Amino acid sequence: MPESVVHVNELTKIFKVPERDPGLRAAAKALVHRKTREVHAVEAISFDIEPGEVVGFLGPNGAGKTTTLKMLAGLLYPTSGEARVLGHVPSRREKDYLRRMTMVMGNRNQLQWDIPALDSFELYRAIYRLRREDYLAMRDELVELLDVGDLVRKPVRNLSLGERMKVEIVGSLLHRPQVLFLDEPTIGLDVTMQKRIRTFVAEYNKRHGATVLLTSHYMADVEALCKRVIVIHHGRILFDGALASLANEFAAYKTIGVLLENGNAELDGYGEVISRDGDRAILRVPKAETSRVAARLLSEHEVLDLTIEEPPIEDVIEMVFAQSR
Amino acid sequence: MSSRAAPLPEEGRLRSLVDFYGTQMRTSVVAQLQYRVANYFYMVGMVAEPVIYLVVWSTIARQHGGAINGITAGQFAAYYIVWTLVRNMNIVFGAPFWEWRIREGRLAGDLLRPLNILHYDLAYFAGWKFVVVAMWLPIAIALSAVFHPDLHPSALQIVVFIVAIWGAYLVRSMFQATIGMLNFWTTRGAAVFDLYMATEMLLSGRLVPLRLMPGWVQTLADFLPFKWTFGFPIESLVSDMSTRSLLLGLGAQVMWTAIGYVLFTFAWRAAIKRFSAVGA
Repeated sequence: MPESVVHVNELTKIFKVPERDPGLRAAAKALVHRKTREVHAVEAISFDIEPGEVVGFLGPNGAGKTTTLKMLAGLLYPTSGEARVLGHVPSRREKDYLRRMTMVMGNRNQLQWDIPALDSFELYRAIYRLRREDYLAMRDELVELLDVGDLVRKPVRNLSLGERMKVEIVGSLLHRPQVLFLDEPTIGLDVTMQKRIRTFVAEYNKRHGATVLLTSHYMADVEALCKRVIVIHHGRILFDGALASLANEFAAYKTIGVLLENGNAELDGYGEVISRDGDRAILRVPKAETSRVAARLLSEHEVLDLTIEEPPIEDVIEMVFAQSR
Repeated sequence: MSSRAAPLPEEGRLRSLVDFYGTQMRTSVVAQLQYRVANYFYMVGMVAEPVIYLVVWSTIARQHGGAINGITAGQFAAYYIVWTLVRNMNIVFGAPFWEWRIREGRLAGDLLRPLNILHYDLAYFAGWKFVVVAMWLPIAIALSAVFHPDLHPSALQIVVFIVAIWGAYLVRSMFQATIGMLNFWTTRGAAVFDLYMATEMLLSGRLVPLRLMPGWVQTLADFLPFKWTFGFPIESLVSDMSTRSLLLGLGAQVMWTAIGYVLFTFAWRAAIKRFSAVGA
């Protein structure tokens, strides 16, 4: 069993936020008595990530995903608990640790706005103390993998959102980090660009054996990249396991798609009809009854085609959240 | 499963730091050259302040028989023209900009990199100096043509001045960065910054040469950092200071830089624990 790259044990982050009622009276009162409220952003979460794993970190807005990532990247001090990444305690922000990890925040610009990305890359080379030959080799590899081409010669302010994201990623990986924290790297991008970045992350993981913890609201990202997912809600982990087993564990139903010879056949007695288009119908059926319903359909109707599927991953995630309420 | 990736080999620490300063300064020059016209207007606006002081004090000097406290109109001209260079040299990453840096998420990006945060600002603004000094030269020539400065520095004074303007830059950088840490506790750190600026205005020699201030103010100024960021560098070039005074002045700059650095380091360690990475 290899040593974990990321080890998290009972990690907790509580923010104290000021709070007061509206109006002049409340404002005057707040001068002498400042009220604060504790927000438990992350509550005693534990998990381990092995070398080379790509793990999806899922949850709705405010679930605690980004807070966790920021603690692991050394941006936030945990309130309690333990975090170790590559053997380092992230909050100590040791240089040896920072040289071995990166965090990419979607929609956030870290490159210098007014100058071409190449100039910022040069700066990163100096900051990460890279040998010139290593830097050039890595830069050219990333530029090729992300198909960035001459975009690196344009001032960053002149790039589109997708182009900017690609050059941001190049800049974040020039030092060949072993751990990648990707916080919604595809947010706001069009489908083609999302796919490009997904392919890139997969290729980078394959080439360099990097460990990746990824948050995304796009399930296509997660399905394409992550065999394992961690689902977090209200700061607590609800699920940690294989993406494939998520539906098994949480989905109470499966969907049966059926193409019938007779488009007028009555199907209400088999399950909930969620769509009907002439000869085609999709039924939602309790998981335990799937085989029996499928057998009945095949025996009682002229069936041209029949498929049994897990519900879409988005629906399964919603079920996980619903069950946690 | 893929094998664990190996980190890239690194260059030596000192060599890399020198490399970083060179690269960051070049980057700064490249960025500033993008906004040549804006920079020029900025500088012209900045020159307005000492020109007003210069006109006022030169007029008063003439009305008092040509000098005040022994400072002639020509010496006032020298003082305030050198002032314009010193002012440009001691522009640093100001305390209020820390709020911007936090709010815009830039700090989070800087924190992800294996480099002391001070180096970014010191190197960036050091690079900027080369652009502003190049732009300042024609302005200085024009001011000299109009106000006829009385300026005859020795070789030693010129050397001390060159060192002192960088010393002023360091002292001011440390204290501004330390005040900038207030932004981790309050979103209204600007109020303290304003108080700092008002004190600096009076006790640094920015508003008026310290020689014109009452004796107790001059003594107080000796024991505070402000004088070493304005008055000392200017006086080192324009007045007749002894070698001992010049060297003591440089020593005071080293001391205040060290004090500022220690204060910043303590404040930074406490501040970073409070960082909530909002905007990041």
